[in-house]
Order: sequence, then C-alpha cells, then structure tokens
Amino acid sequence: MSAILIAEQVLNGLQSGVMLFLMAAGLTLIFGVMGLINLAHGSLYMVGAFAAAAVAAATGSFLLALAAALAAAALAGAVVETVVIRRLYDKDHLDQVLATFALILIFSEGTRWIFGSFPLFLDIPPWLSGPVELPGGILYPAYRLALIGVGLAVALGLWLLISRTRLGVRIRAGENDREMIAALGVDISRLYTVVFALGAGLAGLAGALVGAIQSVQVGMGEPVLILAFVVIVIGGIGSIRGALVGALLVGLTDTLGGIFLPELFKLFTDPSSATTIGAALASMSIYVLMAAILVWKPTGLYGARA
Amino acid sequence: MRFKAMALATVVAALAAPVQAEVKVGLITTLSGGGAGLGIDTRDGFMLAIEQAGRDDVEVIVEDDQQKPDVAVQIADKMIQSDKVDVLTGIVWSNLAMAVVPSAVGQGLFYLSTNAAPAQLAGPGCNPNYFSVSYQNDNLHEAAGAYATSAGYKTAFILAPNYPAGKDSLTGFKRFFEGDLAGEVYTQLGQTDYAAEIAQIRASGADTVFFFLPGGMGISFLKQYADSGLEIPVVGPAFSFDQGILQAIGAAALGVKNTSSWSKDIDTPANAAFVEAFSARYDRLPSIYAAQGYDTANLLLSAIDKADVNDDAAFGAALMEADFDSVRGKFSFAPNRHPIQDIYVREVVQEGDVFTNKIVGTAMTDRANEYVDQCKM
Repeated sequence: MSAILIAEQVLNGLQSGVMLFLMAAGLTLIFGVMGLINLAHGSLYMVGAFAAAAVAAATGSFLLALAAALAAAALAGAVVETVVIRRLYDKDHLDQVLATFALILIFSEGTRWIFGSFPLFLDIPPWLSGPVELPGGILYPAYRLALIGVGLAVALGLWLLISRTRLGVRIRAGENDREMIAALGVDISRLYTVVFALGAGLAGLAGALVGAIQSVQVGMGEPVLILAFVVIVIGGIGSIRGALVGALLVGLTDTLGGIFLPELFKLFTDPSSATTIGAALASMSIYVLMAAILVWKPTGLYGARA
Repeated sequence: MRFKAMALATVVAALAAPVQAEVKVGLITTLSGGGAGLGIDTRDGFMLAIEQAGRDDVEVIVEDDQQKPDVAVQIADKMIQSDKVDVLTGIVWSNLAMAVVPSAVGQGLFYLSTNAAPAQLAGPGCNPNYFSVSYQNDNLHEAAGAYATSAGYKTAFILAPNYPAGKDSLTGFKRFFEGDLAGEVYTQLGQTDYAAEIAQIRASGADTVFFFLPGGMGISFLKQYADSGLEIPVVGPAFSFDQGILQAIGAAALGVKNTSSWSKDIDTPANAAFVEAFSARYDRLPSIYAAQGYDTANLLLSAIDKADVNDDAAFGAALMEADFDSVRGKFSFAPNRHPIQDIYVREVVQEGDVFTNKIVGTAMTDRANEYVDQCKM
C-alpha cells in the first residue's frame, strides 16, 4: 500500500465529505430552525440533478446547468414549504415523517412522469475533465478537486451568512426562540420559506455536482439522505459547524474503511474471506462511528440540545 | 334428483365447450422506482409479441412489484388466488424471483423467467414447471471470463456489489478466467462513488478490469473510470451496457467489451423484424430485457398451440421443445430447463447520436450451465 494510494484515498474521502456537507447543511438548518424532519430532502437533490441534466442537454453549458439546479431546487423547496410543510410545524415528528415520505413518492413518480424511466446523461464539462498531476506524482481527477473547492467555498459562504448577515441573525434567533422573534416583529413564515429554499438549493446544487460523475436517475437522493442524517446526528442537530465536521468524518470513514479494512483482515485470514469480512465491516463503519460518538457525546459533537 | 344434477352438469359442459380455453398470464415486473426501465422493457417486449400474435385466447395481467420482494409475493398470491392465472412471468430481480417462484411452481403454476435465473433454481431447486428463457445468471459472467482469457489478459481486477448475485458474478468470471487476479473487491450495493476502487485499480497493476455493477452503479463507475485517466481495458456483462443506460454513460463507454446472449445486430430475420417492430411501436431501441420478454411470450404462445396449460406434463413438454423463432437465433433448453445458447462479445459503438452495441465475436458456443447435473427432476 503506497503513500500515493493513501493520499488519493484521503482526497476521495474529503471529496465525498464536502458533497455530503451540502446535503447535511440544508437538512440540519431546516431541523434547527423549524424543528422539522424533512425526508424529502433527497428528492430536492434529485430535482437539482434532473434540472441540471435537462438544461445541460438543451444549452450545453455546465455553469447554466448548475444555476438551473440551484434555482429549480430552491423553487421546488419554496413551493413545497408553502403548500405542504407549513401545515406541519405544530404537528409531531411522526406526522412530518409521513407527509415528507409522501413527498418522496410524489417527487419520484413526478420526475419519472416528466423525464421517463431511464437515467439521464449529465457529464463533466470539458474544461474540468481528465486527471491533473498533484505534487508527489498523484494523478487526481480535476473535477473532484473542483468539487472539494466548491464544497469548502459553500461552507465558508454559509458561515459568513449565518454569522455576519441580518438573515443569519434571524436564523440563529429562530433556532433559539421562535416565539420571541415572532413577537419582535420578524415575519417568521417568510423566514421559514427562505431557510427551506436555501436548504433545498444546497441539496439541488449537490445533486447537480455529483450527478455529473454519477447516474442521474429517479431515487438517487435516498441513499445520500440516509448518510446526511448520520452526518447531522454525529455533528449535532442544528449545527452547521457540526454538519461540516460530521460530513468530513463520515466521508473519510466511509472511503478509508472500504479500502483499509479488507487489507487489515488480510493480515489474519485468507484473501477471499478477508474481502468478505472487510467489505461487511466497512459498510457498517459509519454507523459504528455514529454509535461511538453518541456514547461519548449524546447530543452529537456540536449539539446544543438533547 | 341425481338425474337433474347430471342434466344440469351436461348443460353447463355443453355451454362451456364452445368457448375457447383461455390462458391467463400474470406478468409481475418493476414499473416504478429506479429499476423501472428494466421492467418496462420486459413488459413492452412481452406485450409486443402478444399483440403481434393478435389472439384473444391469451389474457395478460400486468402488475408493478416496485422492486420489493414482499410486494411481489402479495401480487403473486393475488394473481394465483383471485385472478386464477395459469402462468407467471416477468420478474427482473433474482431476490424477487426467489421469493415468488418456489411457491408458485409448488402450487402447480408455470413460471417462465424473462430475466432472473439464480443458481438455486437451476440446481437442486429446479422444477419441471420452472423455465428460464433468459439465461442462467452465471452465463454472461462466465463468458466475460472466457473472453478475457482468449483476449490474452493475464491479470484481472474484478469487482461486484456485495450481494448474492454479485458473488455469483465473480464466481462465474473466475470459473472461465485462466489468468491471475490482481484484486477482488466487493462494493456496497447501491454504491455511487467508485473513486476508492478506481485508485485501487490504478495501484493494482492489472491488465484488465471486470465489473458487474447493474443499473445506476455501472453508469457511475464508467463515468468516473473514464475521467480518472486509467487506460486499462474494461470487460463486463451486458447489464451495464444496456440500450436504456448507454445514453446516460455517453462517450465514457465507447470501446468497452461486454458479453450478452442477445444483441440488436444478431443477423437473423426474426431479430431484424423484432428490432424494427419494437422501434416502430415504442419509438426507442429494444434492450436485452425487451428481447427476453419477447422471446418468453413467443415461447409461451408456441406451447399454447400444442398443449393444454392445465396438463402439466404435456404443457411442460411443449415448452421444452422451444418451437419458436427466437430473436437469439438458435435456442434450446438444457435438461434443467435453462437455455443452451451462444454468448456474444459486443463492443460499445456510436451510431449517429445513439450509443449502442455491435457484436465483435462469440465468447461461448452452445453454453448451457454449470448446474445441469445438480438438478434432479
């Protein structure tokens, strides 16, 4: 196992971590501010990817496709918030889960109705395709480096938004005491719509960015949604910083575990059972990580409330 | 009293006689969710053959299994008990087939598989009422191994998802690959990012890569593989190079060799007619699932002409004759009721705007399957 391979895998882990962060940030923001469990977050990711694929096919421009993904997912988020989610804030979590699960089904079948049952084509733009050579002779795809850059830039932007702007002040206030900020004259229902659209837009952006190297198909959001929930539980529900740290931890554990656990078991057993045991343990590794962190810190790494 | 009852029975029988015996077929397949493309092609291929035959003595009931075993079992129960179907067919996925087939054939129905053909149903679990019209699951992987050997590859890196069909796949490949393995990796089912595996391939020094990643997994893998700058040739079974998904992979798939029991350029009149009729009827090119659905329906029609579906032995024998014009050219059944057929090597090419496959060779000739001897009927 060479140093180059290890360095490449760490980059892979980082890349999958920052993309998870884009999903988890919206999820944790929505939960933190509105106390809502949004299972349909994965559908917004899918909406972003499909919007990007459609616009890229029509115009040939990847940047336009990204803009379309952001806009379409944010718009879908705003519509869903006003039509459905708004009625759920004072309901308990079970009602929220049921209603947002119904939204998953509606989004999935709706998308299939519009775009058909076969996966769509969305490719990396030519100016980002192919590998670049990093110091140390590591060949690494340029697009994945760009993903890491975009993810970190979004994290920085979110931090500035939350800590330096009036909207950020309102979001933080909304997390702490929503009755009080309503009493202070902030239009809470508009704030909720904005936060929901922001979270949805981030999910859509992630869907479009990841869709270019994966398969744009119905149901693509649900596996990511599960990981995003693991991330926000690890990071502490409602904390953006927690979402970033949690996403990087999950990305790195998932990637490195899949590589090194089978290698580790090869030291003890024959290769074929080492592969089997290693692969089985690797798929468990992020959940083991989550359990360990919850034992250590029951509210997650940066969680404020129980 | 007894006379009256007998008279009544005679009248009923007389009334019933002129009505032609109708065969009811239950087609259970995946029509919603991520795997819907496969089921829709299966259904469309099957229905095309029924429409072309233009007969009113075959009734097909179609239901969506949502790719869930429990749903498939419920639908099968409903079709058997209230719709009283005679034949079941259409299931795409092996785990769903394992949930439905043993109980259906146990109740005396016929099951004709349009796709899924797990080893369990070919070996000790074989049944006179169960026919696979597609292949045995291992076949395409075995052919990929045979092809890699004949193409002179010495070390292969092989990967598949960590679930039963994935393990069967790698076993099938190894059965006919005579070189060494540079690496053997089980990925997670539904995995979408293969950066870690691609880095391992780069480090392994293999001279070929074999992968079995059906559906969206294969799209992700091929796009990422092409972008990684790796030049090691890739071989795989047809599932990741299907007509439905090739357009989503795009140029990343060009030149890749894949093994298949069917291809749209198999040079027989039946196949040319099928490709033309399917394209005209549905406005898209058929996939292997559509071809298998079409063959299954034609096999069924050929047996209905020869025997009564309620006479198990006669109807089974009529199916065994495989007296229909298969789009795959030559087609016959091995004793365990799985096909004996040629398996081709195809290459992904671009024809105009459309990515598709063309046959470049034959990987295996008259291949039956590994489990014939284990089947005791």
